[in-house]
Amino acid sequence: MTQLNTQHLRSYPNKPAQVYLYGTCLVDSFFPDSGIDAIEFLEQQGVEVLYPQGQSCCGQPAYNSGYQDEAKAVAIEQIKQFPLDIPIVIISGSCGGMMRHHYKDLLADDVPEIEKFCDRIFEFTEFLVNVLRVKLNDKGDPQRVALHTSCAARREMGVHITGRQLLGQLDNVELITHDYESECCGFGGTFSVKHPDISGAMVKDKTKNLLDTDVVKYISADWGCMMNINGSLDYQKKGLRGEHIATYLLNRTTNNGEA
Amino acid sequence: MNVHQVDPNESKYSASATAFRANVDRDLANDELRDNFRGAMDYLMDKRKNAFPIEDELETLREKCKLIKQRCLLKLPQLLEQLEANLQRNGIQVHWAESITDANEIIAQLIAQKNGKTVVKGKSMVSEETALNDYLEARDIECLESDMGEYIVQLAHQHPSHIIMPAIHQNKKQVAKLFADNIEGFEYTTDVDALIGEGRRVLRDKFCHADVGISGVNFAVAETGTLCLVENEGNGRMCTTVPDLHIAITGIEKVIEFLDDMPPLLSLLTRSATGQIISTYFNMITHRRQEGDKDGPAEVHLVLLDNGRSQAFADEEMRQTLQCIRCGACMNHCPVYTRIGGHAYGTVYPGPIGKIISPHMLGIDATKDLFTASSLCGACGDVCPVKIPIPKLLLRLRKESVRKQSDGSPQIMHGQGAGRKTIEALLWQGWSIVHKSPTLYRISMFMLTRCRGLMPKKIGPWTTVRTAPQPAAKTLHERIKARNKATTQGAK
Repeated sequence: MTQLNTQHLRSYPNKPAQVYLYGTCLVDSFFPDSGIDAIEFLEQQGVEVLYPQGQSCCGQPAYNSGYQDEAKAVAIEQIKQFPLDIPIVIISGSCGGMMRHHYKDLLADDVPEIEKFCDRIFEFTEFLVNVLRVKLNDKGDPQRVALHTSCAARREMGVHITGRQLLGQLDNVELITHDYESECCGFGGTFSVKHPDISGAMVKDKTKNLLDTDVVKYISADWGCMMNINGSLDYQKKGLRGEHIATYLLNRTTNNGEA
Repeated sequence: MNVHQVDPNESKYSASATAFRANVDRDLANDELRDNFRGAMDYLMDKRKNAFPIEDELETLREKCKLIKQRCLLKLPQLLEQLEANLQRNGIQVHWAESITDANEIIAQLIAQKNGKTVVKGKSMVSEETALNDYLEARDIECLESDMGEYIVQLAHQHPSHIIMPAIHQNKKQVAKLFADNIEGFEYTTDVDALIGEGRRVLRDKFCHADVGISGVNFAVAETGTLCLVENEGNGRMCTTVPDLHIAITGIEKVIEFLDDMPPLLSLLTRSATGQIISTYFNMITHRRQEGDKDGPAEVHLVLLDNGRSQAFADEEMRQTLQCIRCGACMNHCPVYTRIGGHAYGTVYPGPIGKIISPHMLGIDATKDLFTASSLCGACGDVCPVKIPIPKLLLRLRKESVRKQSDGSPQIMHGQGAGRKTIEALLWQGWSIVHKSPTLYRISMFMLTRCRGLMPKKIGPWTTVRTAPQPAAKTLHERIKARNKATTQGAK
């Protein structure tokens, strides 16, 4: 189900000297390695990365739960942390969708020129492919991996293609498509705790489809989905794990090529 | 505009917060049911995909149809008046029903005037909405569903689990058993053609002797006063031509302005629903029987139902809900619907469209667990032929559900604020205070990472099927700070 979605068409700027990194709250406290790896990768591409220490969360959890005033207060604070007119690279499709699209609705009355801010938001893989136009040199051993494209990356940002393009540049990596690849893993933020049974049934199916392949790991650009899928795999005592695409690309393209 | 008042006793469906959760538990545990849905949804998704080989063409058509429906909704009151005038000019009587009780009373009265005792019905979800069969049967009027899926569901004393495929929750073995148990002289077989043949045989006789035919309407054309009916089995044509009295029932949002609006909508409807380029039958009803006609009903009536639709209409954003042409593609592509099936929702309309239309029909209190039961994956919005932004409307309903009632906010929806829980509201307020203050946030994350050894192994519902994630030893904030410091020192 690849659907042309004109809302995702945008013009991309030239390669900038500097970018901001938006780390996301989940990466900040649970998976910081991915943030560091994203920075190192971007630096290797000749881009200076600024990380404002005042950033916290995009506001999506409250927004998706209906608490829009609470989300708005947090969102306004995020915008203040990124004053320079440079791209903001975000290592999550769903937080990216929040800041690139939902901020326009949420903050239309509160932040003048909110559109300008939203236009500076780029998801990590989107930025690598469309702005930096990276050419990857794979230094790793032959490997088969799967790709989990998050729903927000796919449908809100239209960037599931870019993840596939990047993995496609790695000569020794074979990308395996699992069954129901485009189907949701069942995370959905507060959905997973409000309706744990439905969410549980969804993630069970997702892990089954991944396990049915013979991949050594699966790659994703979203820690929300991966926290869900990895948590389920761990619960089932399965060895398969997901890895953030920033980490994977960094490892595959640096000297030892270990990934 | 007054907000529609809901009488929960009016409906045989049991939408309520507790019922939904219990239904989900029941149906998730039913492996046969889950297999039936997964198989059927895979089939329908595949059919739809093959019906739209060119993506650009699909996108253009979707955009066009969205604009048609939006234009028609913008002029809704005016178009409804025009429709009424033109239908009456054509000899078709129009009746307005604000509630489902109004609709049922009108229909019962029309049948009583003709002394009708038997009804054959073409497929109509709006008549499911009004629980018309129950209403008429309580008045000793026999109602027979003539759509094969509806017939199966009626025989099983169930209600539709899908708006296009009412009996999709049953596999052929289950249907065979149902027929064997209920139809005299039927010999058990799982041959689908034989099963359908048997159903048709029973129905054929009923068509010829029924006093009344009741049908739904897919499009009501204001310009010409025409009722359009999409169907595949010919039963719709039988219901609307053989009995002497034809009563059509539909929701007020089905009106379209021009006859020219219909072909693109029809094309998208059948292809989105079943992957058909065109349905086997397409009926356009503009008259009752005219002099010299060999068949056709002596009287045709249209009942136009509101039942909460004007509440959706009154709000510009939620009005988009009424763009729906009832193709069912949203449920076919919904990972939640695929898992729990159509009955778990407890509403007439299941799946994503059910989550956004039911709150207007039943109020937020009875439906507040439905619109939270979505991961917001967006598959529904992606395939909606008229581009209803379903995920966005789910977010809007969540907002209305937890709206604080004491802040004097306008009454937009029946039952708004019903989903607000004090503890949850306090948690989000606390969350907001922490996350809007860089200092408080850093302190909290510092505490979280330093106390990671104390993290419980069980964290509520999360760990019923997953292990708990472990906080990192140090936050990204801290590590970058240290990294920058090292770089600066290294440079000195």
